[in-house]
Amino acid sequence: MPSRLKASLMRIAQAIPVVVGVVIISFLLTRALPGDPAVYFAGASADEASIAEVRESLGLDKPLIQQFFLYTGDLLQGNLGNSLSSGQPVLTDLAKRLPASLELTLTALILSCAIAIPLGVLAATRPGSMIDHICRVLVTAGVSLPTFFTGIVLIYVFYYLLGWAPSPLGRLDFIYISPDQVTGFYLIEAALAGDFEPWLGAVKQLILPATTLALFTLAPLARMTRAAMLTALGSDFIRTARAAGLSDGKILYGYAFRNAILPVITTLGMVFSFSLGANVLVEKVFAWPGIGSYAVEALVVSDYAAVQGFVLAMALLFVALNLVIDLAYTLIDPRIGFDAR
Amino acid sequence: MLTIKDLAVSFQARRGQVDAVKGITFDLGKGETLGIVGESGSGKSVTSYALMRILDAGGKIKAGDVTYSGVDLRNATESEMKDIRGSEISMIFQNPRAALNPIRKVGHQIEDVLRRHAKATNQNARQKAIEALKAVKIRDPEQRYEAYPFELSGGMCQRIVIAIALACDPRLLIADEPTTGLDITTQKSVMDLVSDLIRDRGMSAILITHDLGLAAQYCDRIIVMKDGKIVEAGDPLSLFHNPQHPYTRKLVDATPREGETIRSLLPEDMRVPLLPHKIEDEPLLQVINLTKTYQGKTGPVHAVKGISFDVKKGQSVGLVGESGCGKSTTSEMLVRLLDPTKGEILFNGESISDIPAQKFGKSALRRDIQMVFQDATDSLNPRHTARQTIADPLQRLGGLSGVALGARIEELATLVGLPHSLLDRFPHQLSGGQKARVGIARAVALEPKFLILDEPTAALDVSIQAIVLNLLADLRAKLGISYLFVSHDLHVVRLLCDHVIVMRGGQIVEQGPADDVMTNPKDPYTKELLSAAPKPPLRRVVTQP
Repeated sequence: MPSRLKASLMRIAQAIPVVVGVVIISFLLTRALPGDPAVYFAGASADEASIAEVRESLGLDKPLIQQFFLYTGDLLQGNLGNSLSSGQPVLTDLAKRLPASLELTLTALILSCAIAIPLGVLAATRPGSMIDHICRVLVTAGVSLPTFFTGIVLIYVFYYLLGWAPSPLGRLDFIYISPDQVTGFYLIEAALAGDFEPWLGAVKQLILPATTLALFTLAPLARMTRAAMLTALGSDFIRTARAAGLSDGKILYGYAFRNAILPVITTLGMVFSFSLGANVLVEKVFAWPGIGSYAVEALVVSDYAAVQGFVLAMALLFVALNLVIDLAYTLIDPRIGFDAR
Repeated sequence: MLTIKDLAVSFQARRGQVDAVKGITFDLGKGETLGIVGESGSGKSVTSYALMRILDAGGKIKAGDVTYSGVDLRNATESEMKDIRGSEISMIFQNPRAALNPIRKVGHQIEDVLRRHAKATNQNARQKAIEALKAVKIRDPEQRYEAYPFELSGGMCQRIVIAIALACDPRLLIADEPTTGLDITTQKSVMDLVSDLIRDRGMSAILITHDLGLAAQYCDRIIVMKDGKIVEAGDPLSLFHNPQHPYTRKLVDATPREGETIRSLLPEDMRVPLLPHKIEDEPLLQVINLTKTYQGKTGPVHAVKGISFDVKKGQSVGLVGESGCGKSTTSEMLVRLLDPTKGEILFNGESISDIPAQKFGKSALRRDIQMVFQDATDSLNPRHTARQTIADPLQRLGGLSGVALGARIEELATLVGLPHSLLDRFPHQLSGGQKARVGIARAVALEPKFLILDEPTAALDVSIQAIVLNLLADLRAKLGISYLFVSHDLHVVRLLCDHVIVMRGGQIVEQGPADDVMTNPKDPYTKELLSAAPKPPLRRVVTQP
């Protein structure tokens, strides 16, 4: 146990230089973007002098190194600068929009795990059966259908033709009042407030975009679960367990599944990052006020503070995510702590 | 107690049905230990999986009866079988580390079996599991209970597997190659433990092995299998002294034991006289105070602690020791794939330890020092034909091409006894023995002066081992190569080598002429190694009237 604890602490310590690197790269990347924010910010009718004035007020006339230290100094105080287009502090914008994206992504992931993992397990235990074929069809479909397409098809069928889903415009129908901003997750907020109606409204809005994303993330998860289960079920220790007369449930879940879950967790991490990327399109299709559409808009108008904030937030999210996955590994696999240097 | 009648097992393969077991009949009495001996592909393991009904997917019992204490195992329901497995009939496997769940504490794995067969409750499971660990003579069972398989040695893992198998006091134990991959001293302690437990508990047992010598030592009766059929059955002594079937005779001959020569391993009609090899007084290779220290996580690891020895021109030297003794590190340093920490290697009086391992490939001496690797399959590129494999050193270091290259490859194939028609096959289309020949042809292609043989026969069946050893003996006489034969098997080393070096813990504990070391070992460790080797009955000297 101490070696595992040490490995975990080491892993957390390793995240620190990554974060520093992320800050440097996101700063440099946004400076490398084409377009002059000062020109944009000064407005269409600005002359040379007012552009220079704006540039000075933004600190863009200073050398790069100095700008970087000003930026990190602000960063340490939690100041990410102001968005040029919305006029709001970037931090406020992000705090409003990040939960929307996370709510969508997490719901989609939970949904796809809930389907993909049992499906993969069933397919692996009955290779060549009906369920195996269903799994294969679903996996192929999930890989080959782009999210904006599935999203539009789902809207067409469930909103336009059947009328089951509400209009795909944002997180909550305007007839409800948005729940209080504490966590930013509408489902949690509404549930905490005990308001059933807005909660149901939020679920209704969420279900189509979440399904779209889930279909996309389901494929790699189901495929990996199936492959990992097949490998685990074919290994020597399963034969030992069978020869000892252990029950099917124990063999399948206690022995095979626990070993198979490790590569599935790795895939889950990758899928999470894919789906944050795929989010941009889904958010556009469903008019979801998430971080993806925010970033795209910011990028188009050279809103460098917003882009910088977005890149930083995403990178931190990825670092945190990888950290969580590695820590989950350490918990499940006792061999990790031993191998860690 | 167990009766098997006309058992046939087949597997559904992509190209149709494959019959693995083709109608075998035998029975096993109470308290009897039966050995099933055969080479790879003989169907010996499949037989045991069939009677446990744990055949892999696609395998099924095609015909025959299996009766255990009056229960028809072939027609029993799956839930009846589950009650029998582990509590009435248990099994232990080869490769014990893989046979244990890697991410579950070994104590919990024992508890799983105990709980399954209602031999323990939640309150006393831990205590009973510790008792099971004690029964297999594991020291500090309370601490070992908490261990994961990767924290234990191979021998220790096998004891855990045995503890799982015997936790519920079964009446029949099936041991499927239980000591393959274990060191010889570990093999002896595991086998002694198993046979003691079998005797103390009055169990019946089936020992499945490729090693006729091991079976002879521990079994009351032996069945010899080949290609899914039983070719011969009998008690060990009569099987060794008077084998009836030609295959049994071949196996008996190929089993290395005391008083044999390398030629007597072969079937009688192949025993042509051995050509003598000339040993000169001059040393070819001198190893002086060779040391290798690795930087480990918990401090330096001393793999090789300053060893010195000479290999004379034309001499074959055996390097013997168990896993972790430093013999592989030594051979890697000698073949210049690894840089020594300290010490010197002189080749023909010239220091080769000064040339860094990374640059040795460009040295003119590269072609003089070659190696035959342990695993004949893994050491061949799966996407290269035998011809390409043998051509590789000839092109890179020999500068041959075109017709000359083709002629040399065929010459080499003839030399190692590989039919020319096989040259264009890929490794997966060749048998184990043929792959070994390709590996040897590649190593001798440039007529090296010094050849390191790293357990070249460890993965081969005994009859193939006999042929490969004889091939090596012929080659050294024809080409005048010096060998360093690295092995854990003293009997094999004695057959091929003039001089033996015994290593333990990175040091040489004993060295001397092979016969001296084998017949009159001085170091206690050498004695232990020699006594741990299975002792098959000796060949009976037939006096001609």
